[in-house]
Amino acid sequence: MSWVLGIIALSVLALVAGLILGFAAIRFRVEGDPIVEQIDQILPQTQCGQCGYPGCRPYAQAIADGDEINKCPPGGQATIDRLADLLGREAKPLDAAHGAEDVKKVAVIREDECIGCTKCIQACPVDAIIGATRQMHTVIADECTGCDLCVEPCPVDCIDMLPLPTKPERWTWNLEQIPVQNITDAAATTETSERGPA
Amino acid sequence: MSFFIASSPHHHMRRNTADLMRLVLLAMVPGVLAQWYFFGWGVILQIALAISVALAAEALCLLARNREASSGLRDYTAVVTAALLAISIPPLAPWWVIVIGTLFSIVIVKHLFGGVGHNIFNPAMAGYVLLLISFPAQMTSWLPPVTIAHELPGFWDSVRLLLFGFTGDGYSLEQIRHVDTGAMLDAVVMATPLDHIKTELAQGFTLSEAKGAVIFQGVAGSGWQWVNLAYLAGGLYLLKQRVISWHIPGALLGTLAVFALLGAVFAPDQLPNVDIHLFSGATMLAAFFIATDPVSAATSTRGKLIYAALIGLLIYVIRTWGGYPDAVAFAVLLANLCVPVIDQYTKPTAYGHHEERS
Amino acid sequence: MSQVQKYNGQDADIQLWTFPGGIHPPERKAPANQEPIRRFPLADEFIIPLRQHIGALSEVQVSVGDHVRKGDLLSAPGIEHGLPVHAPTSGEIIEIGEFPLNHPSGLSGPGIRLRSDHEDTWGQRHPLPDYRNQSHLTVLEHLQRMGIAGLGGAGFPTARKVAGARGIDCLIINGAECEPYIAADDRLMREHAAEIVRGSLILQWMTHASSILIAIEDNKPEAIAAMREAVAQTREQLSAEQQSDFVLKVVVIPTKYPSGGERQLIQILTGKQVPAHGLPADIGILMHNTGTAWAICRAIEHGEPLLERVVTLTGESIGSPCTAWVPLGTPVQHVLAHVDFTPEAQQRVIIGGPMMGFTLPHLQVPVIKTTNCILAPTRKELPPAGQEMPCIRCGACADVCPASLLPQQLYWLANAQDYDGLKAHHLADCIECGACAYVCPSEIPLVQYYRQAKAEMREQAIEHHKAEIARQRFEARQARLEREKEERLERHAQAAKAREEALAARKQQAEQRSASGTTDDAMPDANSDPVASAVARAKARKAEREAARNEESSAVTGTDTVQAQDPKKAAVAAAVARAKARKEAQAAAQKDTETNTEASTPEDKKKAAVAAAVARAKARKAAKQKDEDS
Ligand code: SF4
Ligand code: SF4
Repeated sequence: MSWVLGIIALSVLALVAGLILGFAAIRFRVEGDPIVEQIDQILPQTQCGQCGYPGCRPYAQAIADGDEINKCPPGGQATIDRLADLLGREAKPLDAAHGAEDVKKVAVIREDECIGCTKCIQACPVDAIIGATRQMHTVIADECTGCDLCVEPCPVDCIDMLPLPTKPERWTWNLEQIPVQNITDAAATTETSERGPA
Repeated sequence: MSFFIASSPHHHMRRNTADLMRLVLLAMVPGVLAQWYFFGWGVILQIALAISVALAAEALCLLARNREASSGLRDYTAVVTAALLAISIPPLAPWWVIVIGTLFSIVIVKHLFGGVGHNIFNPAMAGYVLLLISFPAQMTSWLPPVTIAHELPGFWDSVRLLLFGFTGDGYSLEQIRHVDTGAMLDAVVMATPLDHIKTELAQGFTLSEAKGAVIFQGVAGSGWQWVNLAYLAGGLYLLKQRVISWHIPGALLGTLAVFALLGAVFAPDQLPNVDIHLFSGATMLAAFFIATDPVSAATSTRGKLIYAALIGLLIYVIRTWGGYPDAVAFAVLLANLCVPVIDQYTKPTAYGHHEERS
Repeated sequence: MSQVQKYNGQDADIQLWTFPGGIHPPERKAPANQEPIRRFPLADEFIIPLRQHIGALSEVQVSVGDHVRKGDLLSAPGIEHGLPVHAPTSGEIIEIGEFPLNHPSGLSGPGIRLRSDHEDTWGQRHPLPDYRNQSHLTVLEHLQRMGIAGLGGAGFPTARKVAGARGIDCLIINGAECEPYIAADDRLMREHAAEIVRGSLILQWMTHASSILIAIEDNKPEAIAAMREAVAQTREQLSAEQQSDFVLKVVVIPTKYPSGGERQLIQILTGKQVPAHGLPADIGILMHNTGTAWAICRAIEHGEPLLERVVTLTGESIGSPCTAWVPLGTPVQHVLAHVDFTPEAQQRVIIGGPMMGFTLPHLQVPVIKTTNCILAPTRKELPPAGQEMPCIRCGACADVCPASLLPQQLYWLANAQDYDGLKAHHLADCIECGACAYVCPSEIPLVQYYRQAKAEMREQAIEHHKAEIARQRFEARQARLEREKEERLERHAQAAKAREEALAARKQQAEQRSASGTTDDAMPDANSDPVASAVARAKARKAEREAARNEESSAVTGTDTVQAQDPKKAAVAAAVARAKARKEAQAAAQKDTETNTEASTPEDKKKAAVAAAVARAKARKAAKQKDEDS
């Protein structure tokens, strides 16, 4: 009969432990942002819709509902890694079906070609284009997320996506990328420029 | 011709890892010479064997890990590891002992942990411990020093002993150890002074009785004290060259001395004295050459003090109460284990952050 | 500071502390510091970058073709802390645009190009000699107008630094100049000690500091002697009351790199540490460079803006090393041409010292306010870093770090891109002094790793901030669209209601009318019938549209003949034509013939495409014509 006792004892133990665990789960629940919030925090907020959802937030919702985490080209691998980290999923490479990682760009309207149709204004997900009907439009470069959505609607094709120029203040110390000048040329120019009135 | 882009600083102290390791090797020379004088050619042979094996193993590992082999070999860390291991084992241990030890040190302890800078344990000491546990007989068969033995196996006899286990005249290592000493002491197997004390004390003899043995000519055991002094000299050279700082040897020897002194005060007849602790066994080697291995030691100054003091304490504890007569290897490995914790708690307070701490 | 003994004619010793770590690299101040400060002929052209300091850009005040005199304002003093720039000499503005910057990135930035007329005539100068009778604000504005910025480090605008500092107890004049090779401050102190002291007094007056400590490393005995003498003389000129007012003293500190770092020098002199996220002013200290003190003196006493500075020219690739007064904006090339610069293959030209300086990719960059040294070493003299080896955790770097950081730990974390870990290890407190990389036996370019990690962290913060704004804007927009939709629905509902009411009213009217027996002739039948009226309206609209379309197509064809001379109009027409062509192409691709009846016929398509092509060609031609004309 001892094995019956053993089973009973173990069951009781398991039950007690389970109760304690359950209690702890309720009592010490970690209050955190809802998971959608947290995912949305990680997404780059480009609102470009390349993931197939109308904005970052809907995609965050979709991820929370089980969609893949590798559909965001603007965020690139870094975002995928962070999502994988947050959700405990496997970090996959970017799904090429949704586009490739690209340098950061900003939309620029060639202003003398703009006919003032307001179509781009309606397309911009972050209201970064100002203008009015039959008035020239312009992009607030600081607010532009580089989502590309305004390029397509433009009836006269006057919007360019230009790579963001690097500013000295935001340079990231890529010494290898500095183009180096030939010193003999430099010396030659010295010669000529020094033969001035001085 | 073009301009050259570089990141600051543009000035460097011209002493790289290889230079440091070469200095360490140089500083070992007096100790090795002393060992050669007192224990014969064995030590030289062992070093040569170990270094060749280590370099080969290092090169293979680097190749297997897709690293450039030449740059890894040039840093001399493998050579130092091999040399340290070779001088720690009995000079006439069979050749396969040092081969196994070196391979273990380089392949497993160093490269499987990620190569230079990534190993948690001191490779030489880990190799030593492996050998000590696996081959206790071979690892304890030290020869008597020349001062007692009067005659050591010559170069070729040493080679034969190492390779085949017998001298040209057909004596085995055991026989040599017995023949030499047996004439003078009845059947006391030749042991290191620490070994000897341990056995004697365990058998109920007092310290002074134990020290009466012939091995204790001089302060801390004939031969051994000189070897230790030679390593001390090498260590002082390293200190002077600023290859190591005083913290680790200072704290290690200091702690060991303090405990030995306490022991000697409270139980003068049961516990070996300061001089024995400091100048016998591998104490000096440990203090200046083994514990100072930068990779496996603590980094901050305070951390180094704690780390070395821990080694000193462990050496004393193991020597006194443990099963092994000398304890350097175990002590160092145990302290290696504590390094992450030590580093964590001895983080210096960054400039301007003192307020936060207090 | 009250414990510090008052000045008593000689230098009473004050207690010195030390900072942890530090290194002693070879000093090599000679031979550059041996000769008096030289002066070269003016360059032909100057490039004056608008930003030579930390902070906002100031606005350009001149235009191309303007003739300016030496010291004239080229840009307006900004509202926040935009610092103006001045004409370093007289001449003509020949270009305003982007020029290579004196910056490690080798990037370009906004600037002004000036062609010197070699007259060097001064413009209006406005000295402020009686500054003691002026308000602090006037003096601060004056300094701001004079473009004074810190000449030692990052070039922080001086007026702003002084204005931001409250409750200053001790003013430190930093003459430590701890970096090897650099001798600019050394020479300046030897030759212009009195001006430096007077500048310090101006700073003292502005901050009400009770003591001025002039700190000099003990490897500059001549500078120490000169400054001591100047201090003694100045004291004699002061009134007795002023004399007892405060401490003015030269403090000799031991040579150790980086003792000239602001925070390190404060620790040496006071034993206190500036709180991590604070400023020296938080512990009652304000520090200025000797060069800055000199510039303040010139600005107040002579009304001279900051137009030139002492630059050390040294390194073995330079035949005659020296220090020199170089007008700001002078191209580095011009300066090097006067000191027998003989570049070797793969020459490094370093702006700043060997520990913290950066290399230039070419020599067309100007000397700016913060350029204290141009160093052109040979490879033998300062060999480039060897091959990077794995870190052996030797801790040498931690031993020398003046900020008590753990460089090896930072290196691991930076490699792992563990930015949280880096924050926890106080990467932000790294002053990038390079001491760690100097001693590292594995020759790891530690500082480079830190700088990249710092930049990366900064980028992440900016990106995160931008993403946050984008999210808010996106949400605001969503809300707006939602609201507009609701409003539209609301309007529709209201309109429907209104129509119903009108209808009811009209019915009532008609009833009333029929009841009264009169018939209104003016009201046609159709109007009384809502269905008929709707049909009529629709017809009218259709006709209108038709007309508009006809007009438009005629306009398109008309451009060919009528408006060819007007490029702008042509461009507009071309744009419209392009748009049409595109639309059609799209339509064709989609085979969507129903919705777009207008463009579905192949004839139309062709016509439009041709028209577009012609218009484009014409526009191009016209544009070219215009270019040639002008
Ligand atoms: S000095 Fe270099 S090798 Fe030594 S711990 Fe620092 S980073 Fe590592
Ligand atoms: S560069 Fe930064 S980490 Fe290195 S020594 Fe200087 S302050 Fe410390």
